[in-house]
Amino acid sequence: MSLSTLFTIALIVVILAFYTGQRKALGFRMSGGAPHSLPFYHGSWFAVCVLLPAALFLLVWSVGDGAVIKSIILADLPEPFASQSTQEIQLVYSEITQLGQSSFVSNNAAALAASGKEFQALHSLSAQLKYSFASVLVFIGAIYGWTRLQPHFNARVKFEGTVRKVLFLSASVAILTTLGIIFSVLFEALRFFDSVSIVDFIFGTHWSPQMSIREDQVGSSGAFGAVPLFVGTLLISAIAMLVAVPVGLMSAIYLSEYASRRFRAWAKPLLEVLAGIPTVVYGFFAAITVAPLLRNLGETLGLSVASESALAVGLVMGVMIIPFVSSLSDDVINAVPQTMRDGSYGLGATRSETIRQVIIPAALPGIVGSVLLAVSRAIGETMIVVMAAGLSARLTVNPLEAVTTVTVQIVTLLVGDQEFDSPKTLAAFALGLMLFITTLCLNIIALHIVRRYREQYD
Amino acid sequence: MSQTTIDIVNKNLAKRYAREKRFRLLGFGSVMIGFAALVFLLVTIVGDGWGAFKQSSVRLQLNFDQSVLSIEDVADEEQWQYGNYIGVIKAALRQRFPEMTSRAQKKLIYRMVSPGADHQVRQLLKKNPDWLGSIQEVWLPADDDIDSFVKGHVDRSLPESDRRIKDTQIALVDALQESGDLKLKFNTLLFTAGDSREPEQAGIRGALVGSFLTLLVTLGLSFPIGVAAALYLEEFAPKNRFTDMIEVNINNLAAVPSIVFGLLGLAVFLNVFGLPRSVPLLGGIVLTLMTLPTIIISSRAALKAVPPSIKEAALGLGASKMQVIFHHVLPLALPGMLTGAIIGMAQALGETAPLLMIGMVAFIVDVPGSFTDPATVLPVQIFLWSDSPERAFIERTSGAIMVLLTFLITMNAVAVLLRKRFERRW
Amino acid sequence: MPSGKITSVTEPTNQLHAASSSNDASLANRANDYSETVGNIRVDSPKMSMSNVDVFYGEKQAIFDVSLDIAKNEVIAMIGPSGCGKSTFLRCLNRMNDTIDICRVSGKILLEHEDIYDPKLDVVPLRARVGIVFQKPNPFPKSIYDNVAYGPRIHGLATSKVELDEIVETSLRRAGLWSEAKDRLDQPGTGLSGGQQQRLCIARTIAVSPEVILMDEPCSALDPIATARIEELIDELRSNYTIAIVTHSMQQAARVSNRTAYFHLGYLVEVGETNDIFTNPNHKLTEDYITGRFG
Repeated sequence: MSLSTLFTIALIVVILAFYTGQRKALGFRMSGGAPHSLPFYHGSWFAVCVLLPAALFLLVWSVGDGAVIKSIILADLPEPFASQSTQEIQLVYSEITQLGQSSFVSNNAAALAASGKEFQALHSLSAQLKYSFASVLVFIGAIYGWTRLQPHFNARVKFEGTVRKVLFLSASVAILTTLGIIFSVLFEALRFFDSVSIVDFIFGTHWSPQMSIREDQVGSSGAFGAVPLFVGTLLISAIAMLVAVPVGLMSAIYLSEYASRRFRAWAKPLLEVLAGIPTVVYGFFAAITVAPLLRNLGETLGLSVASESALAVGLVMGVMIIPFVSSLSDDVINAVPQTMRDGSYGLGATRSETIRQVIIPAALPGIVGSVLLAVSRAIGETMIVVMAAGLSARLTVNPLEAVTTVTVQIVTLLVGDQEFDSPKTLAAFALGLMLFITTLCLNIIALHIVRRYREQYD
Repeated sequence: MSQTTIDIVNKNLAKRYAREKRFRLLGFGSVMIGFAALVFLLVTIVGDGWGAFKQSSVRLQLNFDQSVLSIEDVADEEQWQYGNYIGVIKAALRQRFPEMTSRAQKKLIYRMVSPGADHQVRQLLKKNPDWLGSIQEVWLPADDDIDSFVKGHVDRSLPESDRRIKDTQIALVDALQESGDLKLKFNTLLFTAGDSREPEQAGIRGALVGSFLTLLVTLGLSFPIGVAAALYLEEFAPKNRFTDMIEVNINNLAAVPSIVFGLLGLAVFLNVFGLPRSVPLLGGIVLTLMTLPTIIISSRAALKAVPPSIKEAALGLGASKMQVIFHHVLPLALPGMLTGAIIGMAQALGETAPLLMIGMVAFIVDVPGSFTDPATVLPVQIFLWSDSPERAFIERTSGAIMVLLTFLITMNAVAVLLRKRFERRW
Repeated sequence: MPSGKITSVTEPTNQLHAASSSNDASLANRANDYSETVGNIRVDSPKMSMSNVDVFYGEKQAIFDVSLDIAKNEVIAMIGPSGCGKSTFLRCLNRMNDTIDICRVSGKILLEHEDIYDPKLDVVPLRARVGIVFQKPNPFPKSIYDNVAYGPRIHGLATSKVELDEIVETSLRRAGLWSEAKDRLDQPGTGLSGGQQQRLCIARTIAVSPEVILMDEPCSALDPIATARIEELIDELRSNYTIAIVTHSMQQAARVSNRTAYFHLGYLVEVGETNDIFTNPNHKLTEDYITGRFG
């Protein structure tokens, strides 16, 4: 059953349930009783009774049935396949799941036919069970609700309690997301550290994750020293900051302290357009326009500039971050109380003297906070570097050379058909863990500083 | 004494004002650097991408000869599908240039028309079954090399070996243009076709539909959940450590790099829950988690803006807290929440990195029809095309970027208008 | 409300009018008519001299046709109910109102014969000559030393570190803060108590050696003891500086000032020797205010 059909059915059930419940409650009123709640709440509560258990059940079943079917199929996998490594079994399983589709062609089709059939059978059995159980739950819910709907039943309080729980669950999604990130990334990273030592990973200076599947191939052992990636990430982020911080900060200062109201009214939104441009566009711009431009410029100056130079990437990333720095600094600068400015002007200071010697020192904590947030954004930025930075890990701080970054490696390690359990793919999660921890620390420190700063002037 | 002070002050004034002017200029220069970068970017993209909306087409007299096509009945799916449409096109080209007789020359004229043009002919025949056996005048897309040449991207003066289009072909193009059989027409294929290896056949329809479906999932999940979470935090949450934790959490999640959400999607939704790869449903869920903090934060701001006096008035009339919120607070806060949702959707529409992680980078020709069909989205399509070496793909990438930016600008403009329209001062 | 017409008619002969009307009790005691100032608005060889000053915030007029002289080395207090425009008027005297976009000033304000609203005039040296102390102490987020040294530094008043140290010490001494601050000069000025902060702001102002010091309710945010210190300080400063102080406290005006100007709804109602104003006010409104009938 497709999602849209399911939703339509659910919607119809809800509407029917609501009207039935409401009618019953209206009946109490007709018969002279004074029901505790409005018929609307009786209807709503009845609809909840009917739908909620079935909906929860469907959700849990749909999430879980894949894993169950997989374990059943793999348990009686025919022999040549069953003794393979986990990676290969993974591939075989995805073949099995696709056997039923007419367009799919497989070398192992004959050998796996039985498993394919079993998969199909289990799949449809699961669906049948799922929908039958769901229907039963709808009926049980309806009967339960119906018996509870009495004139003295406080449907409003019950219904509102349910709504409150739903609201709470929604708020917990944020926590679940964080937990999900931490556990998924941490778990896979720990598996990676089983095969590669964490010290080698963090302090190793050689990165070449190309592992061959067969032992006898050349260069079969990958090297997972992430220092070149960290250095590359920092190099590009530093270049980006060198562009974004002065330009963003000075723009914010000009717009909030010098610009006329009319200039500000159109200049600020225009500058913020830079923040709204998708990163993939910046990546394209860096790769197709800026990098060749810099290389040609380098040639005329007699410098050798790599076509995927860190400089080009950093420059474009810096441009992307300008509005980020400027709008955050703008908030911070505007939070500096006017009395501070008055104090300086009252002594006969010029505008720039006031800005440099009073406003900026006063706003410094806030500015530092915004810069940290910007750094965290630069470190985590993916598309620009994927499209315009290099792939090979070179340990250099020369901005004219090509370097690679943590995010580039995550993408190259995970995009494409990869077996999930190899150290190569797990390495991506270890890198992801580093990225998450770094940005998380930066964010926490930055948000803390900014908040403290706000409190100072509130 | 004060006389001397003012003298010193006056003496230093010129120097101080010079510094003032420099500083001001620095500020102005910074704003201008930002603008210059924006203008440079947009001009490059539009300059490169403008051509993508035009496509050189060649007019041919196609003979839908039943024996060449080997089709008896168009209604027969099998026959229609496997008809020899290429033969018909080649015949028409040979007829148009009877002077080209050698093998090498024929090869060159065959390369005038897109190698995928048989697909267009197939569709035309489906639409007009009565064309079978007749001769029809048809415009077909030219090959991308011809297209680049017609658009002036190829320098005629280069030696023949340095360009992809040969002298003979240039002569043919000139002849076709002379007779009005080769024209730049609006590139409808860009908007009606899915992805293709041939630039002239590639379109963004699949990606647009994919983006639409993905955003639909994202909106359907993130708006209700985001509003509900904001309502809970703003109106119901007790002041305790758990609530504080949720708050800190949301602020931090808003600043987590988007690729990390992709890792989450890969590890949890793909590998643990076994959701299908590359589908809008999964993409929508991942983008929901990513945009949720934005929506929660803006929804809370909208709720905070509703004055407590309104709540008190309703409470005073004996309304329950839930009634107060759903009857009074929510309707007043809704425009602000919608604005936040649109901005969140714009963010999701432009997002690429997390979708790479969950396999939405596959080369997919078909336009997705449901939430569980393999699909790609517009920014990923841009990423895929930008990797292709053909000059014509650069043009199409820029064209696709223009379409994407148009959508984003429209969404943001709607958000701004909505905010202006419903902005209320209490 | 008096109409704008009356003000414009009285403009040219304001001084004469004011002088003559002060003796005319029946006129002066009419509470509704306060468009003409009672008392002597002019003095001999004034430090600053204002004539027919109007101030507008956007469309709204805040000050109506005020004329007043400030004598050299006097302390003049400006009193009146809140919202009467006394602070606005004070802030015109060194063009602090320039920082408010919508504020517009017309009329003539002379600092020793120089029109400070002359478009050609530079506000930077003007503010070096006419310093200001604000209602809320606003030390910069810098050390105590740097706070005081800020003005001399930007104006380039000291040529050496020794000279700067000397200026800082003298200013802190004059502001009566030296003994408390001399051991903690490198600590942030924001760490001082409210009263100390305000004295720091005064030290900061006199470090530039201004000729006139404007004080905008300098004690309103302070406790009585800190207020007493500031008042003593004002008393000591009067020998070197001309001081104009806005205060909401009549007792303070009575204690520190030689002359007092009473403002009401943007009009200067009465001006005179402080003793006279407080013992024998000529205008009904002044009397009502001083006797506590409103304000």
